Amino acid sequence: MPIIEDVRQIIASHGKLPVDVATLADDADLYAAGLSSFASVQLMLALEERFDIEFPETMLNRKTFSSIGAISSAVAELAPDEQVA
Amino acid sequence: MTVLGSAKAMTLCERMRRVAAIAATHADAVDTAARFPREAVDAMRHERLLGCQIPVELGGDGASVAEISELCAILGQACAAAAMVFAMHQIKVSSLVSHGEEDDWHRGFMVRVAAEQLLLASATTEGGIGGNLRNSICAIEVDGDTCRLQKDATVISYGTEADAILITSRAHPQAASSDQVMTVFLKDQYTLERTHVWDTLGMRGTCSDGFLFKGEAPAKQILPRPFAEIAAQSMLAHSHILWSAVWYGIAADAFAKAQAFVRAAARRSPDQAPPGALRVAEASALLQGVKASIVAAIEKYDAARLDEDKLSAMSFAVAMNNLKIASSQTILSIINHCMLICGILAYKNGTPYSLGRHLRDAHSAQLMISNDRILGNTSTMLLVHKQDTSLYG
Repeated sequence: MPIIEDVRQIIASHGKLPVDVATLADDADLYAAGLSSFASVQLMLALEERFDIEFPETMLNRKTFSSIGAISSAVAELAPDEQVA
Repeated sequence: MTVLGSAKAMTLCERMRRVAAIAATHADAVDTAARFPREAVDAMRHERLLGCQIPVELGGDGASVAEISELCAILGQACAAAAMVFAMHQIKVSSLVSHGEEDDWHRGFMVRVAAEQLLLASATTEGGIGGNLRNSICAIEVDGDTCRLQKDATVISYGTEADAILITSRAHPQAASSDQVMTVFLKDQYTLERTHVWDTLGMRGTCSDGFLFKGEAPAKQILPRPFAEIAAQSMLAHSHILWSAVWYGIAADAFAKAQAFVRAAARRSPDQAPPGALRVAEASALLQGVKASIVAAIEKYDAARLDEDKLSAMSFAVAMNNLKIASSQTILSIINHCMLICGILAYKNGTPYSLGRHLRDAHSAQLMISNDRILGNTSTMLLVHKQDTSLYG
């Protein structure tokens, strides 16, 4: 499955968003959509588990988790063998 | 970088020492009556310290975080409530300086804060959000060029005394609870209806009453950046550093009294070490720890400010949270030590060694933003963030 689809699924189950993830564009601002900092950590943990990666300190910031596209690029950087799209 | 030896820093400190001298003479009256520290705030205006953080080109002194922290510590040694009012005002100014400089209205407002020595208050808490200021229930409504807001603000410190209030809300009526903005409302643009009275154990002079806030203002007074950014990039660090500096001031004054007590005893019987001498040494070590934590946090903040990624990194938020936890807990141990050293003269009010007010004021530190909430946030971040174990990381 392409990374971005996995990311969408994980956001749907761990992002605790008040809106349906399917309605969000890849570049939509997840914080504006209601992503809390607590949910973003749970999202990180789920992503680390699913892709067997570890986010380095430099990626642990708001920007990395600001949109579905940004998260997917970060994952793609850490898991080069995964299919991007 | 921090240059506290500069002529500018020295004059800032001299000005604040004059304020502190006035604040000290009224501190007990402010505490007893739970009244606004008017004499101290008038003195801040007279010394033009309310605008000290505003950039020089806008009429202020361009004071650094280190310099403002020193000012908070100086005043904290005289009257903790006045020092906290000064710190809270400066935290609001930091939002303008850090996030409003490129916006015409907010630049003009900074000029006014410096020129007219306006006192800024904050309205970030709200009934029903459970103490988490990164959530709002109320929403600002923009109608053409006008914005309107009504908020059940359970705390607005010195709300009735302020010249303007910086208030958070959801960005629009359909926005998620965490999608917030902050808006400047001037005194003639809002009404306040008191809903809670601030009658507390300590920090009584901050007059942190609750109000129903109703305001209407030009929409251009909404700060141009999302509040999430303001909170993470300037408010978090400024709050924890400046509060800690005030708390350090309370503990440092208690320590000075305890040391004076022991020195007086030592002078009376030079051949005998006074009973409290060891405790003074212990308190000195604790006080040094608080001071070192604050200075280290200021240096970390100064370094991170040059790089937006560092400011929004988890390591930075964890470090600032840790400062707040450590300083708020340690000052209680220090003041308790000092109380043991001075004994009944510390416990009694109205003696040169009285520490009741210090201890009561210091107890607010663990509660203003509950340490449990902060530890909860830190523990969540530590699930993914690996703490740097180097000494000079």
